[in-house]
Amino acid sequence: MAADVIRDDLTARPPAEAAEAAGAAAGGILIRSLTKSFGGGPRVLDGIDLTVERGQLICLVGPSGSGKSTLLRCVNLLESPDSGMIWVSGMLMGRHFDGHRVRALRPAEYRRQQSRIGMIFQQFNLFPHLTVLENIIEAPLSVRGVPRAEAVARAEELVARVGLAGRERAYPRELSGGQQQRIAIARALAMDPDVLLCDEPTSALDPELVGEVLNVLRDLAASGMTMVVVTHEMSFAREVADRVVFMAEGRIVEEGAPEQMFSHPREERTRNFLRRVL
Amino acid sequence: MSATHRPTETPTPTKTPTTPTTPTTPTTTRTSPISPDDFAKAVAAERAAGVIPVRHTGRVVLGALAALATVLATASVARNPSFQWGTVGDYLFSSRIIDGLILTIWLTALSVALSFLIGTVLAVMRLSANPVLQAISWAYTWFFRSVPLLVQLLFWFNIGYLYPRLSFGIPFGPAWFSFETSELISSAAVAVIGLTIHESAYAAEIIRGGILSVDTGQLEAAEALGMHPRRVLGRIVLPQAMRVILPPAGSLLISTLKSTSMVSVIAVTDLLYAAQLIYNQNFLVIPLLMVATLWYLIMTSLLSIAQHFVEKRYARGFARTSGRGPARVPKPDSL
Repeated sequence: MAADVIRDDLTARPPAEAAEAAGAAAGGILIRSLTKSFGGGPRVLDGIDLTVERGQLICLVGPSGSGKSTLLRCVNLLESPDSGMIWVSGMLMGRHFDGHRVRALRPAEYRRQQSRIGMIFQQFNLFPHLTVLENIIEAPLSVRGVPRAEAVARAEELVARVGLAGRERAYPRELSGGQQQRIAIARALAMDPDVLLCDEPTSALDPELVGEVLNVLRDLAASGMTMVVVTHEMSFAREVADRVVFMAEGRIVEEGAPEQMFSHPREERTRNFLRRVL
Repeated sequence: MSATHRPTETPTPTKTPTTPTTPTTPTTTRTSPISPDDFAKAVAAERAAGVIPVRHTGRVVLGALAALATVLATASVARNPSFQWGTVGDYLFSSRIIDGLILTIWLTALSVALSFLIGTVLAVMRLSANPVLQAISWAYTWFFRSVPLLVQLLFWFNIGYLYPRLSFGIPFGPAWFSFETSELISSAAVAVIGLTIHESAYAAEIIRGGILSVDTGQLEAAEALGMHPRRVLGRIVLPQAMRVILPPAGSLLISTLKSTSMVSVIAVTDLLYAAQLIYNQNFLVIPLLMVATLWYLIMTSLLSIAQHFVEKRYARGFARTSGRGPARVPKPDSL
């Protein structure tokens, strides 16, 4: 919003980056030089470069306040970045590039982009006055214009997939936290998203309910969904992630395969963080 | 209650108290340390006969006095011949009173419906990103909440002095239609306009408060799904805001019902003015005021009952009062 038209030098993109962008175009995420600050404060994101290939699961870890959540929220346009580019599955997020200039998208255009990215929130954010079924079919009906019967059939299939068949008529309040989060995942999947972003999906759950949500995420990863998960569940990251990205103070400090990250972290800050949480 | 604190075994006195000759005065040492012996006795006594509840002597006396005063006042009202209850009965269903009652009802219904319509628009304007709309909404609410309803009614009634003729046409250009203001706007219309403008300022604040009470996570979830803002407002925000809006909205409805009695100053024959017209002829002032009072009581009671059921309807999915029976106890079942 600060700059409706943003100068860009993507035309001068080196060939290697273009190839990477092509990879990201087919269901991945590409982030370049992303910065974000709130109200002129210090930079919450300070030059983020990140590539997520199609079908990969990336775990974002790091101390609180390191910008992990803000990064996710920029990717699906819940926050607008100050500068930098985000490319998700062939879409330049929040921007349009006509070959010369970059302009900000109109609301209808960025809503279409948002509808293609699934988001899972720490607090589930199910609509409490709607039943499980109504929660899931709302966006397919009103955003995509899917016929009701089709949306209901798909919703029932998804409810079964997250292990809650038969609970379609329940209100969120009648479900446990873990069940609510699984319904929130079903709601996101109902829009057939290209990528799924999970912002601390298990942080609000009682310890014994964490497993059921992680199981659903594990199944999704196995089915080839591109996912970015902000998490404090290090064992989950170690087991499921294709890559672990460690963030601190708005920067990516280190990234690598989970085995390497957890066993032989290169950076001192990563070592300190892991010592505290493991 | 006594069963939950019952010890598993009764402590048995192992030795006699060290100073058995000391006289104990239980009435003055109720909170002093208790010997094992006495503790055992207390446990047995509580098991046998329970606990004597605290006597709220003050509460009983005050309650009795208040009840007595109420009975006396009621008796005085019922037996005072000046109330002329027989006459009240005669006029309660008279056609002029019923006509006034009907006017009061539709005046209330129309102005409240319009108030909440305009109030919703004002609330959305106030919460919009557009600073001009925000300012207009704020100024409207500020102005019309500040001017008393009675003043507004008189003002709108006399609007003809300000704009003797109203015309429709191109601004600053030719007029297509032109009317005498006083012909176009009847007293009843003035009543609706005055009430609506006044009440909509309050309705706007009630609705704005309701919208603000909805968790921002709800907006983010809807936005992340790509939902259109109008749909988010109508399907996600307002239904949840309703829970917060309804109680004060019910109060506003009831207060509007009573405020309609002010239209008697501009000669609109509502319930009160109908009663006044009758007692100006026959001087039965008190009985006719009682007729109006009874009708206001009846309508307010009906509205309160209706409000109860509407509130229950919008409590669906929320913990404290579920609209469809008691909420099931969450049962965590694993995959």
